[in-house]
Amino acid sequence: MASAKPTTGMEGARKRPFWTMQRKDHLTGLVFVAPQFIGIITFVFVPLVLVFYYSMHDWNVLAGTFTFVGSENYEELFRDRAMPGVLAATAIFSLGLVVLNISLALLLAVLVNQKLAGMSVFRTLFFSPVVVSVVAWAIVWRFLLQSNGGINGLLYMVGIEGPNWLRLPHTAMISLIVVQTFKSVGLNMVLFLAALQGVPRELHEAARVDGVPPFKQFYRITLPLISPTLMLVSIVTIVGALQVFGQIEVLTQGGPGTSTTVLVYYFYQQAFQFLNFGYGSTLSIILLGIVALLTYAQWQLRRKVVFYEH
Amino acid sequence: MKLFKKSGLAAALYASAALISVNAAMAQDQINLRMLIWSANEDHLRLLNEIADAYKAQNPQVSVTYEAVPYGEFPTTLTTQIAGGNAPDLTWLTETGSFDFIAAGAMFPLTETFRTTEGYELKDYAQASIDSWSQDGELYFYPFSTSPFAVFVNNDVVREANQKTPAELIAEGNWDWQHAVEIGSAVNGETGKHGIVFRDFDYTSWTRLAPLYTAWDVKLWSEDGKTCMMTSPEMVDAMSFLHDAIFEKKAMPGPGVAADFFAGDAAMTITQISRANLLPTGDNAFEWDLVPLPAGPIGEYGYVGAAGIGVLKASPHAQEAADFLAFFSNKENVTKLARYFPPTRSSVLTPEVLAASNPLLSVEQLTDVVIKGVTEGRSAAGHTNYEQIVQNVRASLDSLWVPDADVAQVLQATCDNLNPLLQR
Repeated sequence: MASAKPTTGMEGARKRPFWTMQRKDHLTGLVFVAPQFIGIITFVFVPLVLVFYYSMHDWNVLAGTFTFVGSENYEELFRDRAMPGVLAATAIFSLGLVVLNISLALLLAVLVNQKLAGMSVFRTLFFSPVVVSVVAWAIVWRFLLQSNGGINGLLYMVGIEGPNWLRLPHTAMISLIVVQTFKSVGLNMVLFLAALQGVPRELHEAARVDGVPPFKQFYRITLPLISPTLMLVSIVTIVGALQVFGQIEVLTQGGPGTSTTVLVYYFYQQAFQFLNFGYGSTLSIILLGIVALLTYAQWQLRRKVVFYEH
Repeated sequence: MKLFKKSGLAAALYASAALISVNAAMAQDQINLRMLIWSANEDHLRLLNEIADAYKAQNPQVSVTYEAVPYGEFPTTLTTQIAGGNAPDLTWLTETGSFDFIAAGAMFPLTETFRTTEGYELKDYAQASIDSWSQDGELYFYPFSTSPFAVFVNNDVVREANQKTPAELIAEGNWDWQHAVEIGSAVNGETGKHGIVFRDFDYTSWTRLAPLYTAWDVKLWSEDGKTCMMTSPEMVDAMSFLHDAIFEKKAMPGPGVAADFFAGDAAMTITQISRANLLPTGDNAFEWDLVPLPAGPIGEYGYVGAAGIGVLKASPHAQEAADFLAFFSNKENVTKLARYFPPTRSSVLTPEVLAASNPLLSVEQLTDVVIKGVTEGRSAAGHTNYEQIVQNVRASLDSLWVPDADVAQVLQATCDNLNPLLQR
């Protein structure tokens, strides 16, 4: 007959193994997220902190001097005569791109969602620019948009004398917006297409039986149900619009004048062309702030836009 | 047996340790120099490597490698490398680009090294070229390429427009900008081809117009570099002449129009003689000529684009790099380099030496265009913050490239925008 040996709470605690199931689970989880975590620390947070640190210094790369200047670079933002123009160009480009891109992507998605012959070819055609190199894409458009280029050649055939697209401030900005829209619209189209295909068909059938016209069906049924995708696409597009660089470098180099010098291009000029690394870092912090602010504002808007947040 | 094994093991360990220490010592003595260059031309690289190999034969501990970076990305790449603590030991730089580097004290002084290198003969270099790469009497760059701007002519296109060729005008003593524009205008009117193309200008790189406005004796800024001088009557006249040639006479392709002389699109192009290798051969070949820049209000003149090689002070082997540069730029190597990079060494700048390495150009072309250009040509006015100045002026001058532009007003606005930058 086994006798029950009295135990104390202390003895139980001493015998408890260190690697409990819970700890093992935690460790396994940490090991799985470690690569991503280390990557973000190394390539996002550390550079971010460094850029903020640089923005408070005057860094003369050639002389090898690195002088603390405090908020001087931030004060320079208000004295910089180019800044209003740069911010205006950034706003026009971003707004134009977001409106045109999302409208066109939605329209194309609705069109290619129709069950018609050859639609898969159209989907491929509209998506293919997404996988083309930015520089190659921009170089082709540079040839098309020059004064004696392909676009004006086509216009000439129908009796129109086209403008010098990249040499006039307004047409240069419009050209940039259109070129970037065609480059990225395919991705948004695919996202919208996936969302459209998730809208239950019965809802449209019921509306049709009730005599709801097609546009009202789209406005009242389709649009609310794809609102989460609309939200995602608008955030991704606006963040992307604020970071467009390659097309500007190849097509306009910020000109004519400074009409297409957007914030990211101005940052590049200041830091890497004019060697003002301190001021360039300040501009990149401002760009980060604008992106974060817009993303936050859009995220707050989700309650009004996204149906399941109502 | 056990003892034998132990002693064998010990001997092997000693031998390994000795080998490792010898290798480590050798590795410590080994010097690897890196030169940043903007030419990826295979012929250029072959010659540069030949010089590096010859130096290694004399100095086995020194190896030299060349890192080619596209010209457009060169300044950015160089400064990014410096900022990242990975500066090259030696670098090519344009004369205008060198200003900031010299002013910031980023370059290693070369005078003493060149002066004490046996047989170097620093005095063999044209004094003007030495002066333009020096500060306070100290030389910071070896002037390795001084390439004159000249006019390549497509005689077939000129004759098709029933015009006299520039060579014929030179013989008559009438080769000037007025006649050059007349030819360009007639070519455009008669053949639909373009007249005169400023290569690489493309209405964005305005400094490529320097071969033209130099003919008006234009100064971009004052001697002290503090005041913009682009509103001077000379600059207004030069830019008015250019504007008229583009928009009224149609002697030059307008903004946004692609035209490549070497593809046979134009009658003339203004560029450096080193572009001769772009001349087409075979079925696309045309009868071409190379003539000096047309005379302007100041008479006959020349214009050169200069490049130098310097040693960065940040290099851990700056003295060794300077020693290599002294070898690189000795008379024997400069003679070899003259094939691609027109030298400023007087003893090498002769028709005989240049003719031996430039089969495309006649002795007459070498004398009238290359040698005269190198020795008499003016070069670009440099300034600290040069790249920022160039971009500032580019943005202002964009208003000039429309048919109804008021030249004087645009130049006034250019100076208004530039002056705050110059006065910093």
